[in-house]
Amino acid sequence: MMNILEVNNLKIWDSRNDRVIVPNSSFHVKQGSCLAIVGESGSGKSVTCKAIMRLNSAGIRQSGDILLRGENLMELSEQEMRKKRGKQLCMILQNGMRAFDPSCVVGVHLKETLVEHFGWSRDEITTKMKNAMESVMLKDPIEVMNKYPHQLSGGTLQRVMIALAIVLEPDILIADEPTTALDTISQFEVVEQFLQLRDRLGSSMIFISHDLGIVKLLADEVLVMKEGEIVEKGTTQAIFSEPQHTYTRYLLSSKLAMNQHFKRVMGGVSIAER
Amino acid sequence: MLSVECVEKSYGRGGLFSREREHVLKNISFECKSGECLGIIGESGSGKSTLGRLLLGIEKPDRGAILFEGKKVEDRKGRTGNISAVFQDYTSSINPLYTVEDAIREPLQMKRKGREDVRSEIDHLLSQVGLDSSYRKKYPHELSGGEAQRVCIARAISTEPRFILFDEAISSLDGSVQMQVLELLKDLRKRYKIGYIFITHDIQAAAYICDRVMIIRNGEIEEIVKVEQLKDVQSAYTKKLLQMIIA
Repeated sequence: MMNILEVNNLKIWDSRNDRVIVPNSSFHVKQGSCLAIVGESGSGKSVTCKAIMRLNSAGIRQSGDILLRGENLMELSEQEMRKKRGKQLCMILQNGMRAFDPSCVVGVHLKETLVEHFGWSRDEITTKMKNAMESVMLKDPIEVMNKYPHQLSGGTLQRVMIALAIVLEPDILIADEPTTALDTISQFEVVEQFLQLRDRLGSSMIFISHDLGIVKLLADEVLVMKEGEIVEKGTTQAIFSEPQHTYTRYLLSSKLAMNQHFKRVMGGVSIAER
Repeated sequence: MLSVECVEKSYGRGGLFSREREHVLKNISFECKSGECLGIIGESGSGKSTLGRLLLGIEKPDRGAILFEGKKVEDRKGRTGNISAVFQDYTSSINPLYTVEDAIREPLQMKRKGREDVRSEIDHLLSQVGLDSSYRKKYPHELSGGEAQRVCIARAISTEPRFILFDEAISSLDGSVQMQVLELLKDLRKRYKIGYIFITHDIQAAAYICDRVMIIRNGEIEEIVKVEQLKDVQSAYTKKLLQMIIA
């Protein structure tokens, strides 16, 4: 299988105080597969993904190679990079509320993005977005597009983002904790959409999460990060059944007491496992 | 003992001159015995945080009454030092210009103790939540999420309250840190005999720590069940909710 994204010897540091955030990381994402990055907060998950998008704030520098379909993103100018973002590299952030422009309706944001990348007409955009939004179970797409972000719930906004990703058909989708800010029901629905997105588009995905239950459902491969370093990587099955590193074992065991207690309360039936 | 009787709450919406009102809570009645841990579970927008604010006495209900040991909770005299709260957003819960020490000292000063007493009390409280005295001089931005939430908990228990309200207090923490905080809460409850009201959307966490859970939907109580009876829930909504947990 071809590697769609290859990251070699990525080093990220803060130039203001010379603190190294990620010392040396290398990994790759195969065409059509989903790579999950897990780890506690501060382990460098988000910084790594922002480095791929080249979206880290000015003080944070990076070196190494990031190859998207063989093209080195590190050598591109800012203008060329702008064209890649959105069209080829799509990012879904943790907080849907903050991902949209609060001063205009959601539709404006969607239109701007699509005009920038495809130059479609207004009608084309409306019909394409409408279809995509219906496919992520948003009931009244036109009404949603005419609302401001604060009028919509976090789950709805996250699904609008996924709908936009469907229309953009990116080569690789980076999702940074997309379900953390959601409640149980919306979480379930959004995860469902991610599963379908994978089936439908066959697009590759990098999925950052600290929720191991969701990782188990979605990912093909898992990468465990601790303090900026990759401590373990392998297939989802291997990581969950035979973790090698003590830190991975610690992560896996941390919520076990709670899960087991819950299973006991529910009379041994495991829920939402497929 | 906290009792809530037929509480209603609505907010105006649609601007200054609009008469439209949004009914956030409808006819809520329940009781919470002292020392009990009650979980309040609901989706976002179900009114659980509004209910939390009413229980704390920060806001008044439109109708009905909330009584804490027979006295109205809105009345400051009745509740001072008896009800504490820990909120979700740990970054904004501590004054950024205060050190950890200042933050915990603030509620302690109400009790008008001597300076030395307060000092040793702060050390004791920090050790109760698993932090050592080296944290005293730190500022909130120097703390990790779990540490900041521990400081908030230390501050909440400092007045030796009868009840602590947790509004999504563990939701924005990492999995492993979440567990540490939950264990800490379980432990503190045993030691201090405090009652908890635990507002969350995480049913698993609620089941882990609570005695009873109340499921709230669109401002109405859907069901109140004991945790042991969670598998025999009656309402269709609760059943759906339980099926949607990704374990």
